[in-house]
Amino acid sequence: MEYQAKELFAKHGVTTTLGVVVETAEEAKAAAEQLGGVTVVKAQVKAGGRGKAGGVKLAKTPDEAFEHASNILGMEIKGLRVNRVLITPATPPVEEYYFSFLLDRSNRSYLCIASVEGGVEIEEVAKTNPDAVKQIPVNALTGVDAEKAAAIVDEAKFPAELRDQAITLVQNLWKVFVEEDATLVEVNPLARLEGDKLEALDGKVSLDDNASEVRHHDHEDFEIREEADPLEAKAKDLGLNYVKLDGEIGIIGNGAGLVMSTLDVVAYAGEKHGGVKPANFLDIGGGANAQVMANGLDVILNDPQVKSVFVNVFGGITACDEVANGIKGALEILGDEASKPLVVRLDGNNVEQGRAILDELNHPLITQVDTMDGAADKAAELANV
Amino acid sequence: MAIYLNSDSKIIVQGMTGGMGAKHTTLMVESGANIVGGVNARKAGTTVELGGKELPVFGTVEEAMKETGADVSVAFVPPAFTKDACIEAIDAEIPLLVVITEGVPVQDTAEVFAYLEGKSTRMIGPNCPGIISPEQSLAGITPHTIAGKGPIGLVSKSGTLTYQMMYELRDFGFTTAIGIGGDPIIGTTHIDALQAFEDDPETKAIVMIGEIGGDAEERAAAYIKANITKPVVGYVAGFTAPEGKTMGHAGAIVSGSSGTAQAKKEALEAAGVKVGKTPSETAALMREIMQNL
Repeated sequence: MEYQAKELFAKHGVTTTLGVVVETAEEAKAAAEQLGGVTVVKAQVKAGGRGKAGGVKLAKTPDEAFEHASNILGMEIKGLRVNRVLITPATPPVEEYYFSFLLDRSNRSYLCIASVEGGVEIEEVAKTNPDAVKQIPVNALTGVDAEKAAAIVDEAKFPAELRDQAITLVQNLWKVFVEEDATLVEVNPLARLEGDKLEALDGKVSLDDNASEVRHHDHEDFEIREEADPLEAKAKDLGLNYVKLDGEIGIIGNGAGLVMSTLDVVAYAGEKHGGVKPANFLDIGGGANAQVMANGLDVILNDPQVKSVFVNVFGGITACDEVANGIKGALEILGDEASKPLVVRLDGNNVEQGRAILDELNHPLITQVDTMDGAADKAAELANV
Repeated sequence: MAIYLNSDSKIIVQGMTGGMGAKHTTLMVESGANIVGGVNARKAGTTVELGGKELPVFGTVEEAMKETGADVSVAFVPPAFTKDACIEAIDAEIPLLVVITEGVPVQDTAEVFAYLEGKSTRMIGPNCPGIISPEQSLAGITPHTIAGKGPIGLVSKSGTLTYQMMYELRDFGFTTAIGIGGDPIIGTTHIDALQAFEDDPETKAIVMIGEIGGDAEERAAAYIKANITKPVVGYVAGFTAPEGKTMGHAGAIVSGSSGTAQAKKEALEAAGVKVGKTPSETAALMREIMQNL
């Protein structure tokens, strides 16, 4: 979110105004009083287009800040509820620019995008006047030193009187990018204020989860739990790779690609059964032991929307008998909590043993189907009640 | 024939003595792959018995190559050390480096990829199941029992979908099946593998599996149209994935209008590639092609 991006900017010496983050209209009023003068009340959600959605308002007085905050808090922007607003001094820019560093997947490297014609309407500028939006490749090994920063600033045609400031700012933004292991560092708008001062008025930083896991444990603090879906939060605590979706058929599988494919196959099958849809993405990965399976089933069965569950496993490294024992153990662990029909499709490594274990278990909730398509159809049928 | 890996390949394992490394080295040895040793600086000079084979442990990739003539390295090192392990292998000029490790910071991979420029090493991965040329060799974690040797070449972003597709087409078999990985930056792309299959006389047709996110499939489509003469069948996972939610692989996210499965399918079809909506439909399309060849 904006205020978190600004904290990272400030940490690395990028000129910005932090402002005050508040959760109630009363606090917004107090913050506006403290800051004095005209302030801006800005919704804090992880989404663009906040201004257009009415989530950014100018407040001439603390009372106006109170009023705007009470309207903005609780509103939804792109499906996200606003729980916080940022109060900052209103600093009307003389000019607005755009600047970002990002991971460039196509070229398997980094890219700098800069425009002095940009600002918040950068996408429009890119369409109507693409020459004004400079795309400058950055080598991952050599990065951005003073010389490269100067080259970027010159190519983007920053005004001469801002050149030195811009060079420093570009180097500091590069520090945010590499030292925080970001995949995107964006300043939009980068503002030229009265007195020729450059400042990051708004920004966005996307961090690499892999790097956070390996070397930035402090990045966990940026996650705001109350905003995550409760089932997603629970799954995260259990170490599961789970995404909540809006449907009736719980999905468990191994491997991201196969689970994604399962979602598709189930959605197509659902078209024949009253339009039922997948309820989630859940990849239990390689080691599908009883506990992992129990954790997965526990999360899915706690989703009140779920009417049936489809377990789709291709035993590669994971053997099917381990998965079958996982399901058996999970049902024992869950006991009466397991109350929805399970359709299980096992294939691959040790498939005969796996199927035999479930046959022998003869659990009333379990239906085994041999093919992915057939199992998806059965799960959809069972969810359409 | 096969691509990148064949019965002459001599394989070393970086991280052979770790949990994952030992488990999969055992499976590779059991598959018949020619594993000739491993690398672990702290255990240099010792040997480890895996899969019934006594394997020497070397201090460096360079030494392992010199002593064994290895031309392939498979890396199972933890994500925090993957970058260094890759650079060591690239400096030793190993011809093929297969990086299985999941969870590598993407900036580390970006550095490794930049470092590869002008070097002789081909890197596959990271975050991939590796490569198998059935009945010849295995450098990775793909089960060798799914399918045998045959005329189909397979390239995929996803591990388990590779297994699923090999299983669906096991009656035909494969020259080589290669999992390139689902990370935002990878060493070998669909395009690299497509060209290698085009050049391989034993590969008669190619299955290409993609997933949501990025534009690799669109670029592969353009490449197929211009350069590939062999029949290609495609599959893209994630038609029903919602925008803005990452589906397991760090690279698998639909953002805005780009990266959708539908866009990828259309691009591939425009290039003359038949695209299945499901794995079984994709296999049926390939079956049809094989029967008419």
